[in-house]
Amino acid sequence: MISNINEQHYHLLRRAGFGVHSKQIVHIADYTPQALYEKIKTVSSNSFRPLHVVNREALERITKQAKLTNNRKTINQFHQAHIRRLTIDWLDEMANSEAPLREKLALFWHGHFACRVNNSLHQEILLNTIRKNALGSFKVLLQAVSKTAAMLAFLNNQQNKKAKPNENFAREVMELFTMGIGHYTEQDIKEAARAFTGWSYNAQGAFLFRQRVHDDGIKTVLGNRGVFTGDDILDILIEQRATAYHISKKLYQYLVNDKINEEHVQWLANRFYNNEYNIQQLLHDIFTSDWFYDREHLGALIKSPVELTTGIRRILPMEIQNEATQILLQRLLGQWLFNPPNVAGWPGGKAWIDSSSLLLRLQLPQLIRDNKQITLKPKSDDDLDMGLTTKGKRNRYQIMARVDWSSWQQIFADTPTDQLLTQIGEKLLPTMPASKQLQTIVKSVSISQADSAIEAYTLAVMGLPEYQMC
Amino acid sequence: MPKILHASERFGDLAKSHHKVLVVLQWSGGNDGLNTIIPIQNDIYYKTRPTIAIKSQDALRLQDDVALNPHLPFLKALYDEGSLAILNNVGYENPNRSHFRSMDIWQSASQSDEVWQTGWIGRFLDKHASINKQRALALEVDDTLSLALKGQHEKALASLDLQRLHRNTQQSYLKAIDQVHHQLHQRHHEKPVDYLYQTMASTLQQVDYLYKNSHPIGQHTSYPSTGLGKSLKAISSLILSEVETKIYYVSIGSFDTHNNQNRRQELLFKQINSALQSFVNDLKANNRFRDVLICTFSEFGRRVAQNASNGTDHGTANNMFFISGGLHQPGLLNEMPDLNKLIEGDLIHQVDFKSVYATLLDRWLDTDYRPILKAKYPLLNFI
Repeated sequence: MISNINEQHYHLLRRAGFGVHSKQIVHIADYTPQALYEKIKTVSSNSFRPLHVVNREALERITKQAKLTNNRKTINQFHQAHIRRLTIDWLDEMANSEAPLREKLALFWHGHFACRVNNSLHQEILLNTIRKNALGSFKVLLQAVSKTAAMLAFLNNQQNKKAKPNENFAREVMELFTMGIGHYTEQDIKEAARAFTGWSYNAQGAFLFRQRVHDDGIKTVLGNRGVFTGDDILDILIEQRATAYHISKKLYQYLVNDKINEEHVQWLANRFYNNEYNIQQLLHDIFTSDWFYDREHLGALIKSPVELTTGIRRILPMEIQNEATQILLQRLLGQWLFNPPNVAGWPGGKAWIDSSSLLLRLQLPQLIRDNKQITLKPKSDDDLDMGLTTKGKRNRYQIMARVDWSSWQQIFADTPTDQLLTQIGEKLLPTMPASKQLQTIVKSVSISQADSAIEAYTLAVMGLPEYQMC
Repeated sequence: MPKILHASERFGDLAKSHHKVLVVLQWSGGNDGLNTIIPIQNDIYYKTRPTIAIKSQDALRLQDDVALNPHLPFLKALYDEGSLAILNNVGYENPNRSHFRSMDIWQSASQSDEVWQTGWIGRFLDKHASINKQRALALEVDDTLSLALKGQHEKALASLDLQRLHRNTQQSYLKAIDQVHHQLHQRHHEKPVDYLYQTMASTLQQVDYLYKNSHPIGQHTSYPSTGLGKSLKAISSLILSEVETKIYYVSIGSFDTHNNQNRRQELLFKQINSALQSFVNDLKANNRFRDVLICTFSEFGRRVAQNASNGTDHGTANNMFFISGGLHQPGLLNEMPDLNKLIEGDLIHQVDFKSVYATLLDRWLDTDYRPILKAKYPLLNFI
């Protein structure tokens, strides 16, 4: 177990959020790890502010217009621009939030309930559904997400009708959202799909049950027989212990360690099940367990691109003027919010790392500091481009971030230069590099004055592979 | 000039044997196969495409009833000399019409109802790359890496501009931390961060290796200054420099021709035609055309009938080209699509694309394809 209390704090802040905020550092010394978690928990459960970017009247107007002219170009552009806005606002929320635990979990559910639809209103509703219920009851979250227009559209449930059932929704609900593969038969999916017939949504993106196309016959799902509706199926899935296990395991891998400890996961899953799928309680069980602070977990996870960039922004508050660059970075680093690679979400772990993503990740802090232009080009996206070329955009990706170093520098105002590196390192790195590696840093950093020394060391530390770890 | 090339090809047998190289050319966006390999005697084709069908007299005739798009004259020449094979009706069960999803299916080689998070070339690397990590066994000519080239443990190198990437990796800090970690590295004490250090090390080594070993001294032809021209020029300079890279991956697009299809397709075909011409002539002049196989694919074909905007919408089965001086069976490998037999206006696939992958892995890259594709597929005869 980690005995150093600072190490415990930073570990907790990295896992229950996106790392320490530079304005927070002076205060955390007053807490025990338990108390610090209680504080994170209280703040995160109190504050929920939905994000609104889509003007519904404007959307209605454009939709009408598009129908008249039979041209979807403006409406596609409207949605793309607003999903971009939503992405930026959410990233800002993560970076500035006093309640990062909610956003950290929302990011998890955003991948768990992966959804790729080019409709900004639907995406906004789904995101707020997820953020609102991120720390509440998984049962409520599942029910709410299953009734969003985004998910029903993405998983083709508007085509799921009594006369011609579409199984996609039923399959993914079982395979991805609840039990995981191997706990149901193809027949279970067929029967469940019948129960979801008629689940649809209206023009405002609200859930709509179309009785006319609903199959109200008897269904047999996972050994249960009855005139089931979609809600009944979700209840049946929640009753399965496999669901509690699947979610607990995934969260353990997200918050604790890629390599699971079967005993701990089983313990979490049992409690999750018995506590009626209370997510808050599950998090409490994780973050207050002694094993959470086992040394083997330090630096065991690879930060996702969003965790990495958000972490940098929490240390170095910055004003980012170029929205396009933020989206570009997401695409280059392989985690483009609202555009998961497939229904299973981002695979995470080692999949984040390849030659190009790693080089960019390691050089990113320096690129931000130097206000460099990003000259790399992401893969095109034919689903969004719809046959339209996007030429001449290559030169627009200056980072344009104004970094506020003051709060970070203040922390080290009284730190002697020869202790700077270790002081900075212990706040930013889950594991310290070998002392020989630290000497490399010292050698590489040329120091003229105190201020630039803090800056230089910080950038050097952020440029280490260790900083990529969580 | 052609005579000399042929002569040097004949002497190819006597030259020292080179390893085989695969170049995958991805046509992103869903190329319209029916306007690529054209059924010039098919009434249904002309009826369903009143404004966009390619006229018989414009097309480049391969057989009485089959012709090539007029903007691919170099491919016609390759066909005539026996260096081009065409496989029709390639696709998969339960086709998906989303670009993203269908591309994922092609790149991962999964069934359409499965989600695999690794690519078929990536799994080839998992099987073979660990032996010699300093040499890039596969290279994608792009700034980012496609799923196709991501394995569980091993991943290909991605580089659009080797010189720029090399300059970028020369940063002294990067090199210094790499070197120190290398000195300290202990195999039996592996930490999670070591995966990043290893990736960093192999990236630096591979970039260094490719950069130092690519001497475009043998290049005789000039290349068009298009993106694809530059990419193929870079690939040829690596092939001719005898680096150990076996697979190159490069994309061109977008073929998503929902409106004014013929203009867009013409533009892209012209680029492809001229870049391939330079590339193949370069390989021929250096006596390497026998060892290099170029394979093209697109994530889906397009609907048989045109739409209201002089374009076509997302479809299903499509054709693939194979180009090499070492083909076993050139020409048209199978029947043209049957336009009388469609499912909801779409072509029915006859050949699973995974059979093509299995053939490439087994017959060209000389490896057991089964652990890579995780299933058995019938092999084809073109190589």
